[in-house]
Amino acid sequence: MHKADDTAIECHHCGAHCQFGIVTFDNYPFCCEGCKLVYELLKNNDLCNYYALAQHPGLQQIKPSTKEKFAYLDDPQVQQKLIQFTDQTISLVEFYLPNVHCSSCMWLIEHLNRLDKGVLESRLNFGKKTVQIKFLNAETSIRKIVSLLSMIGYEPYISLDDVIHKEAKNSSLDKSKIFKLGIAGFCFGNIMMMSFPEYLSDSISTIEQHYTSLFRYINLLLSLPVFFYSASEFFITAWKGFQQRFLNIDAPIALAILITFSRSVYEIISHTGAGYLDSMSGIVFFMLVGRVLQERTQASISFHRNYTSYFPISVSIIKEEEVSTKQVSELRAGDRILLHSDEIAPADCIVKKGTAFIDYSFVSGESTPIRIKENELLYAGGKQISDTIELEVVKPIEQSYLTSLWNHFSFTKNKEEENKRISFIPVLSNYFSSILFAIAFLTAVYWYFVNPNFILPSVSAVLIVACPCALLLTSTFTNGIMMKLLSDHGLYLRDASVLEQLSKTNHIVFDKTGTLTHGHYLKKLSEYASLNDAQKSWIYSVALPSQHPMAKALCTYLGKQEVCPVSNWTEVIGAGIMATVAEKNIQIGSKGFINAKQDVTEANLWIAIDGEIVIAFESISQLRNDLPSLFSRLKNRFQFSLLSGDNEKDKALMQGIFPKEAILQFGQKPLDKLNFIEGLQAQSKRVLMIGDGLNDAGALQQSNVGITLSENINNFSPSCDAILDAKQFGQLPNLIKLARFSNTIIAITFFISILYNIIGIGISVQGKLNPMIAAILMPTSTISIILLTTGLSYWGAQHFFKATTT
Amino acid sequence: MSALFILVIASLLVATGFLVAFIWSIKNNQYEDFKGSSWRALFEEK
Repeated sequence: MHKADDTAIECHHCGAHCQFGIVTFDNYPFCCEGCKLVYELLKNNDLCNYYALAQHPGLQQIKPSTKEKFAYLDDPQVQQKLIQFTDQTISLVEFYLPNVHCSSCMWLIEHLNRLDKGVLESRLNFGKKTVQIKFLNAETSIRKIVSLLSMIGYEPYISLDDVIHKEAKNSSLDKSKIFKLGIAGFCFGNIMMMSFPEYLSDSISTIEQHYTSLFRYINLLLSLPVFFYSASEFFITAWKGFQQRFLNIDAPIALAILITFSRSVYEIISHTGAGYLDSMSGIVFFMLVGRVLQERTQASISFHRNYTSYFPISVSIIKEEEVSTKQVSELRAGDRILLHSDEIAPADCIVKKGTAFIDYSFVSGESTPIRIKENELLYAGGKQISDTIELEVVKPIEQSYLTSLWNHFSFTKNKEEENKRISFIPVLSNYFSSILFAIAFLTAVYWYFVNPNFILPSVSAVLIVACPCALLLTSTFTNGIMMKLLSDHGLYLRDASVLEQLSKTNHIVFDKTGTLTHGHYLKKLSEYASLNDAQKSWIYSVALPSQHPMAKALCTYLGKQEVCPVSNWTEVIGAGIMATVAEKNIQIGSKGFINAKQDVTEANLWIAIDGEIVIAFESISQLRNDLPSLFSRLKNRFQFSLLSGDNEKDKALMQGIFPKEAILQFGQKPLDKLNFIEGLQAQSKRVLMIGDGLNDAGALQQSNVGITLSENINNFSPSCDAILDAKQFGQLPNLIKLARFSNTIIAITFFISILYNIIGIGISVQGKLNPMIAAILMPTSTISIILLTTGLSYWGAQHFFKATTT
Repeated sequence: MSALFILVIASLLVATGFLVAFIWSIKNNQYEDFKGSSWRALFEEK
């Protein structure tokens, strides 16, 4: 063991400060045995290149996982679900590795076969953080591979619900969109080129007749894949809407494409003109660009998770004195199960043996662990934080208290469809279509009286020129760019429909624990004198090795101190720590642990030296930074509420930061939160819910926009509309402003596109539209709109974020 | 002037070649993982 000033030394493997002493090996410092072990393993297999590619690439190994943890992977039923392909000798599996973060990770994982000879090939997709592993059935097994991956720090996230598989499939579906886009782009470019002689044919008469028709027929040929393949999705959605007697936004587009195509085919075959195939393929191309841009989502972030993603796949079960594993979905009432430290109870159970200290923060938001005695009920979702306990299942997971929330009707509706239905784009496009058809009709009536020969050309020209593609382009491009800009600043939206809903919200509901507060800090109670320097360093040395949040808060309170040699260190989980330093007996922990006689109600951390209490602390929730300024910047537009699962101990603190008229509710169960939001919506408020835990899942689902705050965006968060990086919490007002600005951009660009339409329609009602004008008008209007919306979006992002970052 | 016929056909053929290459590159998952692929290219095999 080295001395305290060594804390600045970084572990060769993981880069963490060596707080708990240094393990030296091969002249390199390591923070713990686990890190050393990984280094040793890599070195023995000639894999030290791992450390050359990036500095301290490893992951801290402080918590070794238990051997039985992956025993369930030997179950053939589980294997069958995981294996993608298998024959007699070779199998293929895919895992999601949330810890992958740098090039060293990738290098090590792709060289897995040096650590396990049974692995034939391992290939990592860094963007998605998935690895595909091909292995020999005879040499190794899924369990061995998973244990190896966890040992070197990349524990795979294994879930049997097929959310991940479904998402993987979605991304392959997107490929067909790229194909359509590529083909439309190719045809559009070539049709434009072939059309050039036609545009200029008025002035240059030398062009010969057979060339004209050659170019026209090539154009026709090139337009076929655009019409039949690239544009197919417009026809399909328009037709689907039509079947449900509903004119969706794709209907006028499909109509415009159809009319342009048929008129062009007619003109070319009858040798009366060149048609408008260039405009048609241009429209299709730009529309597809917009859609691909808008639907490009974050591949590695998941928005659709329910409680099953959080639960273990299997548990240890005791049957006739023997321990085996059983899948959680097969648990029945009466089964005896073992719950190890840090595991989540997968069903409502009765405690049979052992002391349960249960952290329900996951379910209720209450952060203080609860002690549950033998023969008392433990609800599913509670996390055991002390040693292994024995439980008897009362209700299987589907009927448990926790999951009853998911049977609430709000989980049955599809928010994505709902958002699309109430979006303003369809409303606008409805007006647009009506006006357009009215103009087309009036044109027909006019030419009927003036010159009936002009009816067909002028009416079709109106429909061609005025297709609502400009409107759709403005929204798809703006949404696509905005989603990218927001994600650059830490807010990840599920899809574009969330953007519009976010800009409409006018009431924000916050969760407390984990959202407004994170962790605790300690306040010394005035009854006690300050510690002297020697005492400080003794206490610091004892508290340092503990992972308990209170012990960490204590270290922060004391600041950096000299570390003394510690002996007899023991931690009684859920109670406290004791140890001997400099022949003094130090106790840190709860009142009962210290055996305190004094009665100070606020105190919840006591410290005794040689049996005498020297100091006591009150733990106070640590507020996130920028909270007061956050409220002052948001209060012009929003009303606020607080829904906390905790008791009222932080009420005064919260009243201090919330504006006076805010509603503060404590002791809220998940269903209460959901109902509260429903109540707000009944008063026609548009609710933005910001939460973090599973206990907010109902509220997040019910609200108009549910944002999950996450310390690490690759962690698993409850089903929601958007994920906000916790570090960017203070930027929330700017993010909302930017989302609202996107509506302004859409309005401006839409207005301009209407101007283009008026010019275009003005020409076409007179029957004067020739391919030349159409060919100029279409790309200039489209490209200028794209440039404008892109420019405005970037300007907006700079404008809103500059004010706070400088 | 008949050279124009050949040139037009040739240019279309060349362009089609690029289209096919584009489609192949997508099918071959070349756009799946930009960062990973760029790093993989720099790893030295011992």
